[in-house]
Amino acid sequence: MDNLFLYSALIIALIMFVSLFRAVAGPTILDRIIGVNAIGSKTVPLLILIGFMYERVEMLIDIALAYAMLNFIAVLAASRFFQKRKGLDKEEEL
Amino acid sequence: MIYLTGILMVAGLIFMFGAAVGLIRLPDFYSRLHAAGMLDTTGMLLFIASASIYTLWQDFSLDSVFLTAKLVFIAVFIFITSPTATHAIVDAGIRAGMEPWTKKDN
Repeated sequence: MDNLFLYSALIIALIMFVSLFRAVAGPTILDRIIGVNAIGSKTVPLLILIGFMYERVEMLIDIALAYAMLNFIAVLAASRFFQKRKGLDKEEEL
Repeated sequence: MIYLTGILMVAGLIFMFGAAVGLIRLPDFYSRLHAAGMLDTTGMLLFIASASIYTLWQDFSLDSVFLTAKLVFIAVFIFITSPTATHAIVDAGIRAGMEPWTKKDN
């Protein structure tokens, strides 16, 4: 059962790296917001898995809950901030 | 019961992997957001279901019942907030005037 948790956590970390590509190389600003949202929402099961592996679920589940709320607030604030801005659909150059 | 935990966890991983593939491969902002929003929510719900079954099956006591209640609360919270975040991002895109991707017919 520990092996299942370990390999699931590794696969989730790999999926987060794949989402990081969209956050780094996304053509528009909103693509970057999508990538950050995908990474942040996958952090919650990763924290629960870390809690199962170290047998400290009762501590890490509160961190996961707080992280879910923080991620929601961050994405909502970012999308509201970019709402009135012109030129969001242009591909920006770094 | 341990097989049910494993099956649910692997199913959640498959949904999350589909979300990552859609995030990389799809051509447009709206379609990428569709793949990420829908599949992430389903994968997380399956994952949290597997975690709560594991918690209850390991030892059935008052502490594990509280832990499962917290997990269910996380699931309900994600089920409410993830579509809300998706809708907020789509709203920002539509107000900025981004055109949805269509097949070029020429």
